[in-house]
This record gives sequence, C-alpha cells and structure tokens, in this order.
Amino acid sequence: MLLSRVADNLYWISRYLERAEHAARVIDVRLDLGLDRHGPVGGWDFARIYSALRMTVPETPPSNPAALVDSTVFDLANPESVASYVTAARYNARQVREEISSEMWEELNSLFLRLKQAQVDGVWSARPHYVLKLVIEGVHLFQGITDATMEHGEGWQYLQVGRFLERASATAAFLDLYFRDGSMAADGGGHKDHREWVGLLRSCAALEAYCRCYTADLRRERIAEFMLLNAEFPRSVRFAAARIEASLRGITQLTGRGVGGRADRVAGRLHATLDYGQVDEILSDDPEHYVEGIIRYCSQIHSALYQSYMAYPIESALPA
Amino acid sequence: MSGPLSSVGAVAASELFSSYEPGVAYDEMFDASGMPRPHCHELMQELLATSAPELLQYQAEADRSFLTQGITFTVYGDDQGTERIFPYDLLPRIITASEWRGVERGLKQRLTAINLFLKDVYHEGRILSAGVVPRDLIRSCRHFRREMQGVAVHRDIYVAVAGTDLVRLQDGRFVVLEDNLRVPSGVSYMLANREVMKRVLPGLFDRYEVAPIAHYGQALLATLRALAPTRTDPSIVVLTPGVGNSAYFEHAFLAREMGVPLVEGRDLLVHDNIVYMRTTSGLRRVDVVYRRVDDDFLDPLAFRADSQLGVAGLLNAYRAGNVSVANAIGTGIADDKALYAYVPAIIRYYLGEEPIIDNVETFLCSDPAARQHVIENLDQLVVKAVGESGGYGMLIGPHSTAAEREQFRVKILADPRNFIAQPTLSLSQSPCFINDRIEPRHVDLRPYVLYGDDITIVPGGLTRVALRKGSLVVNSSQGGGSKDTWVLQD
Repeated sequence: MLLSRVADNLYWISRYLERAEHAARVIDVRLDLGLDRHGPVGGWDFARIYSALRMTVPETPPSNPAALVDSTVFDLANPESVASYVTAARYNARQVREEISSEMWEELNSLFLRLKQAQVDGVWSARPHYVLKLVIEGVHLFQGITDATMEHGEGWQYLQVGRFLERASATAAFLDLYFRDGSMAADGGGHKDHREWVGLLRSCAALEAYCRCYTADLRRERIAEFMLLNAEFPRSVRFAAARIEASLRGITQLTGRGVGGRADRVAGRLHATLDYGQVDEILSDDPEHYVEGIIRYCSQIHSALYQSYMAYPIESALPA
Repeated sequence: MSGPLSSVGAVAASELFSSYEPGVAYDEMFDASGMPRPHCHELMQELLATSAPELLQYQAEADRSFLTQGITFTVYGDDQGTERIFPYDLLPRIITASEWRGVERGLKQRLTAINLFLKDVYHEGRILSAGVVPRDLIRSCRHFRREMQGVAVHRDIYVAVAGTDLVRLQDGRFVVLEDNLRVPSGVSYMLANREVMKRVLPGLFDRYEVAPIAHYGQALLATLRALAPTRTDPSIVVLTPGVGNSAYFEHAFLAREMGVPLVEGRDLLVHDNIVYMRTTSGLRRVDVVYRRVDDDFLDPLAFRADSQLGVAGLLNAYRAGNVSVANAIGTGIADDKALYAYVPAIIRYYLGEEPIIDNVETFLCSDPAARQHVIENLDQLVVKAVGESGGYGMLIGPHSTAAEREQFRVKILADPRNFIAQPTLSLSQSPCFINDRIEPRHVDLRPYVLYGDDITIVPGGLTRVALRKGSLVVNSSQGGGSKDTWVLQD
C-alpha cells in the first residue's frame, strides 16, 4: 500500500537526482574540453552547455567558467541549477521520510549539506571539478544505498521509473542536439568532430564502455548505436526503456491493477522500437525525428503513470 | 551559601566547574552543601576525568549527527524557512527511581481525571451544575467545540497523548506547570537525544542503569490501535500539516517508528462519512487518525473554511463513529491556562483523591480580587495569555521593562479572561556544557503520557533547557535546548 502522493515524491526524488548527475557531468566535461579548444585565450562560448542542459541562456551570459559554475551549479535562484535539483530531490525525500530508509535520507541530506558548504567555502567556482564529482558520487552512493537498504517493492519501483525515464529522455535530447547542429551529420573524422564525440560519450559516462565495445575508433553510427540501442550499457536509451517497462510491470502487479494499462503499453512499445531498431535505418531515415519520438514516448509514459496511480479521478475509485 | 564545590578539593580544582554558580534554585546535581547528590557521583567522576577539549569534540559529534539526520525544526517568522537543529546539551539529567514513581502516579491520576472531565463537559456537565468549575469559563474558552456536544467518543478517551510540563521547585518538589492536551510535541527529541547520548558517551551511559525508552513508537501504536472504532486490523495514519510545519520532522519520525503512513490533508477524502486515503492501488479506508493538526484546521467544512490542511467532512465521519481522531476534537478546553487552576478541584471531584502532583499557584485575572493583585504585582509575576503556547504572549515580571508591564496592564484590563498570572518560579537548574565550561541552567521536564487500554508513560521525557544564562524560558522557539533524561532503575 502506497499513498499516491508518496509515489509522486519518490518518482521525483530520482528524476531530480538523475538531472543533477547529468547536469554535473555535462558541465564538468564541457569545461574540461573547453580548455583544449582552438581559439582566443579566455574566449569561452557557453551556449552549447546551456543547450545541452536544456536551459535557457541568460540575458547576460557568464563571461568565464567561474561565473558559469556560479549560475548553473550553485545558484538556487536558477531552478535548473545542480544545487536546485539536489534541493528539490531532498525536499521530496523529506516528505517521504517514513517510506525511505534512514540511510537513504542521511546520504541525500548530507549531499545537500556538502554542496551548501562548498558554496559557502567559495573557492570551488574557479575549480569546479571536485564539487561536480562530489555531486555525481553522492548520487551514485544514494542509488547504491537505495538498492541495499530499501525493500524492492512498489516504492522502489517508482524510484526506478523516475530515474530511467529521466535518463532516457535526457540521453535522447542530448543526441538530438548533436544531430541537429550537424556534428553527427556524417563521419567527418576531423579534430573538431572527434573532440565533440568524445564530449558526447563522456557526458553520458560512456567513453570507457564504448571503447571496450568498439575500441577507441570513434564512428558516428557506432556512437548512435551504442547510445540508443546497446542492451547492456546502463545509460543507453534501450537499457533505460527495458527498466522502465519492467518497473511499470512490477507496479501493475503490486497494485493489483489490470495489465495492459496505458503506461504499460507505451513503455512496451518504446522498448520494442529500440529492441528491434537498426542504426543504419535510423541514421539514413531521419535521426532527429527518431530521437524526438523517444522523448514523446517518455512524456506519454509520464502522463499515463500520473493518470493511473497518482492523479486518477476519485469517482473511478469509489466503492460502488 | 559557598560555592557548591568548595567542599570537594578535587572538584574545586577542576577547570570545568570554575564558573559554576549555585544560585537559589534547586540544583539537580548538587545538594545545598555543594556535594554531588548520591545518584550523581558517577557522573561527577566521569566529568572530572574528562577535559574541556574532549567535551567540545563530543558536542561537535552530537551536533553533526543531528544535522545529517535532519533532526531540525523550522523557525517561524524567518522567510528562508531555515531549518535549525534543536540545541542539544551533552550532560544527562538524572531522575531517581523513587522520584519517578511519584511523578508517574501523579500523571496517571491527572490524565484520568482530565478525561472524565472532558466527557462530562461535552455531555451532562455535572461538574458545571455542581459549581466546581464555572460554566462561564467553559463557554468563553476559545478551544471549546460546540460541535462535540453529545458526541460519543470511542471508549471515552479524549486525550490519548499528553505532554505535561513539570518543573521542580526550590524544595525539590515537582509541580505541573502546563497540561498539553492538544498536539503535544517534542517526543522525537526525547528519543533522538537518547540515541545520540548512547553514541557519544557510551562509557558514561554504561555506568548507570537507565530505564529504556525506545519502545515509545510501539506504545503509541498500541494506544492508537486501542482507539480504533471497530475493525480488527485498523488502518492508522499520522496526519501532518506538511513539510513546512515546525514539528514536521517529528511527524515523519513517529510515522516511521510506528510503520504507518504519514498523510497530509490532501491525501485523505471523506465519502459517505468514511475516511479514505488515496493510494496507488485505489482508495483505502482509514480507521484512526493521529492528527498533528490543530482543531481549527482539521475540517474546513466544520471549522476554518480557509484551511487547506484538513479533510472536508472529517468531523461528520467522526461523529458517525466511523473514524477515531486522537486527540479528540475539543480537548483544548482542558489545557486552557485558566481552566488549569481548577484541575486539582477536578481531580477531587471525579476521583475523590488529593492531587499527587500539585499545581503552581495561579491567579485568574477574570476574578476581580486576583486581577487587582496581579496588576499591583506585575513586576513579581509571570503573566500568560490563556490560549497561547510555545512561550509566546508571556510577561516575565522580574525580567520585564516598565513599558512591557504597562502594555500587559492595558491588555489584562481589556480582556481579563484571557490572562492568568503565576509567581515567578525558580525552575530547578541542571549542569550544562556551555562554551567550554560547565554551568547551571534552568530546566523543565515534559513526560509523554499515553492513554489507550491503560495509561503508559515511557520513563523520563524531554528535559528542556533555557540555554541563556538566567533565562527561565525553555521553549525551542525562544532559545531553548534539550538534554537526555535518565530515569534510573532500582
């Protein structure tokens, strides 16, 4: 038995943490790559970071990395900053303290406190790597603690759905960006493309796994295949879709709802599309359209989840 | 009186106690001659073997533990919604087994009488007809709920959870300062303090045989189960106003300790006078609501229409006997500060017994003679607004300015029923670790009394500390802290 509101909170804890982790990694990777660029000393262009994070570029864009970090990592007035995501995750966790284990709460709370302390210390904006690493590690630790200390029941399944739904749509959106701006348009093989592709894989924590699979020979269709269709890599869209489908099925069983509800069907279709997808077809056809389709599926699953379990009409649930 | 330690050479030499001033209040640790009381010898030994830097380190460990556990309260009137830890003092407050037995008997007697009183007031009103308690006092009480008149309360248990505030007077006697009969808070701090104590000072704890308190959650659950109207496996929930409430941590804590859902008003709904919670598998019936929401906000249809914290229709479901609410609606009349003065008479009336724990002498400003006395002695007395709690709306005569006294004089004359006055008590003092010294600070004691199948009190309670030197106000909202409370076993 799980309160609808609690399911909602659990779902958003992991969505926000997934966002925080993704944003932290993207910022870390972009700042690192930026140091290797060809261009004027100190001439940073942050537009790509903002679009990679699906953030709106501020009216007065930051002029140096420290200012960027202040606004995208620490600034609580920016609802899309890493600190805001962590704060939102903690806020949701605070409302379900009786549902999650104390260990989970303490880790999330201490991540929040460490991040706050890092901001107070004030020395990290100019050298942000350690703070971003702290966030990524904190999220990993939270996930490990969750798996180790919480019963893998209905509540746990909502944490899974939130995390993998966020991951699937963020990865798809990230690829979309590369398809749209042409850096995945064709095998260029130039230095610039190579750096961009390394950036893409590192931003999804996928570079090492990719190299083990295909060697360090970076190719456009291999990258697309790895990020979209790989069945074993936990950050590929297909992997995420499989987990979403499995968790939704678990929820269906645990709540005694009939199988084949809308959320189940959409998730099954998304998973099947990826299971039987062919990378050459995707790339030759219309890759942008393909990844945008994935994002659409994700938002349909989100609404169906709400309609079935969280915001269902009362009339439908009253005893006859 | 000479310094409390002068008679003990080794002690006098201790840096830790170098600024310990005895004062006129009862000292929980030292007797009038300055010697540690027998049950504090072990504590003294341990302290003499510990240095200030060590204690500072323990203090830091304890503070960190509270912070990472998120054991915090929200400060009202602070836009940031700042969460603060409730200051914790390292040193335990120790109560002997025989002292505790008296407290326990007295609290049981008091809660029994108060429940009989509430039933009577909301039904026949015999005590009012007999003239023992003035009818006017009830009618004029802000917490009287007409809606409860004639409503059958399951097993006649109105107050299932009480948090009675006790203070120790100069002669060492415990007296009742306030009965908290609506939604008493603080029990989570009692439990958390013990957890931290056992981690930070295990050696000291091991020197004593301290009565355990960790079963409070089970005891509360058993109490709430006893209140369930009919069903055999009742579903119980804790109702919280939400994450913005200052005691939110406690609500979540208790729900976790009991293994029951923590709900907000928006999670519940009433249909055909039955209360349901909205779950992922549909609506589930609720039998007992342990509510941490005030009467006023409980049901927008019955009480404040602007409340979003409550559940529309809850009162009707309650009156229909389909759900129990703990504490019952309308218990606030019994902890009105003016009604307080009548509790000894209430005990005599229903039980035919003398009160085991006394009240503090109280002047009701509604009485002309008493009012005159209060107005003339404002600089000596503590004046309290009857409906307030949390240390708000108080005048502490000896610590007040002429302007504040004038303000209260005007307020009292304008609305005498709203004020009572009591002599300024010298609350007992207990050694506390302040900065890097041990100094005495005033304390009170709030034991938690549970009334279900029988009356249960986990041994001890929350000892609150007025951390500001000389202050008598122990409330968390007013610079108070707390310490672990040990009841020794025989």
